[in-house]
Amino acid sequence: MTDLLKTALTELHQELGAKLVPFAGYEMPVQYPMGVLGEHNHTRTEAGLFDVSHMGQVILRPKNGTLRDAALALETLIPQDVADLEEDRQRYGFFTNDTGGILDDLMFANRGDHLFLVVNAACKDQDIAHMQAHLSDVCELTVITDRALIALQGPKAEAALETLIPGVAAMKFMDVLTASYNGAEFWISRSGYTGEDGYEISLPNSVAEDFTRALLNHEDVAPIGLGARDSLRLEGGLCLYGNDIDETTSPIEAALIWAIQKVRRTDGARAGGFPGAEQILEHITNGAERKRVGLRPDGRAPMRAGTVIFADETTTTPLGTVTSGGFGPTVGGPISMAYLTKSSAAKDTTVFAEVRGKRMPAIVCALPFTPANFKR
Amino acid sequence: MKFTEEHEWLLLDGDIATVGITAHAAEALGDLVFIELPEVGETVSKDDAIVVIESVKAASDILAPLDGEIVEVNEALVDGPTEVNEDPLGNGWIFKIKVADASDMENMMEEAAYNAFIA
Repeated sequence: MTDLLKTALTELHQELGAKLVPFAGYEMPVQYPMGVLGEHNHTRTEAGLFDVSHMGQVILRPKNGTLRDAALALETLIPQDVADLEEDRQRYGFFTNDTGGILDDLMFANRGDHLFLVVNAACKDQDIAHMQAHLSDVCELTVITDRALIALQGPKAEAALETLIPGVAAMKFMDVLTASYNGAEFWISRSGYTGEDGYEISLPNSVAEDFTRALLNHEDVAPIGLGARDSLRLEGGLCLYGNDIDETTSPIEAALIWAIQKVRRTDGARAGGFPGAEQILEHITNGAERKRVGLRPDGRAPMRAGTVIFADETTTTPLGTVTSGGFGPTVGGPISMAYLTKSSAAKDTTVFAEVRGKRMPAIVCALPFTPANFKR
Repeated sequence: MKFTEEHEWLLLDGDIATVGITAHAAEALGDLVFIELPEVGETVSKDDAIVVIESVKAASDILAPLDGEIVEVNEALVDGPTEVNEDPLGNGWIFKIKVADASDMENMMEEAAYNAFIA
């Protein structure tokens, strides 16, 4: 095996009995002794702690000192409203390509004198090169390598984190806060990727293990691996880059239109001006030919990524393909996300998925599968 | 109890063998979320894929360990497949097979040999 990268918490994961697997070049915990189902349920009812230090943390600082100029520069790469994002607020976005596909999705925050970005581990090298190539006239780009990133998710996350960092309970969904813990600077956002309330915390590597141990000492907090992270985000209707969105899916096909603010759409004050704008704005106006939807298989057999979907039990022309699928522990049954043709994507449509040579019925449903519990 | 290289266990009572998967296999698969059982009355041959199990990670087949006829299946697993993880050698049994030729079991491993096999 080639040398896998470690995070500041790898040794702690081993001590906790995690099963470590290669993921995006890192050695990451896929599950702990509690097991994927137990970890999933613990996050929904208590609080789950995730090491997401493999993700990329990047700072964009305006060279002229004017944050709005850095924000407008970033707007040339993403179709989101960055310039009007208030200080200490965060937003979800995605880098687009010239054909209107998605290069990566990300979170970006206005932290006063700079923008703070979190990007996917598997895409971070290309994201950084992309930003260097297009933003370096206006922005100084700093790749953060000395900080860990952890997520604390679930209904007990607020109370658990408040015991260590007073003040976080007052944050609302997508708020950002700079806090101090034993003299170390923490960058906290009230966000995550499980559909639960919770926080993502960027903290210096030097204190990451101590702080994580302090959180795990709380009776409601348990460590959670990538296995449960995947079933949690799937139930939450959230896209996994590389599965549910990629360079060939437009944000409109992906049902991410909500993440493109009006100011960037046709007739908006800063309409277009991002890669693939023509295609994406055309999709907003006229609709796309296919759409990401939820599927509830009839029966218990999971319909996993790659499963082909048909209109009935005999036709040979597919309607689309499952992009993520498995068992939803909170739903109590199998769930999938799929891209379907426009005409078959309406809620309550019955479609047929080919599983092990058999066509099995499934019902098109709205996303998410489990209601989001964000603190608005 | 006998064990196979496919990580199944068999417990023979008369000419009926109860079959399940080993604790080692259950651990490696992770929490089971789905099981598709064979039909009672079905005649099967050794190495036929007769059961589909899916864990939180992936789908796998369970092969018939020998020739015979399926005489009973553990229906409780359909709604509670994690019983296989919780009690793989007991309540997590999967099917009972009427063994065509009991001498087929003679070459299977004893527990000590299986433990050495997975070590």
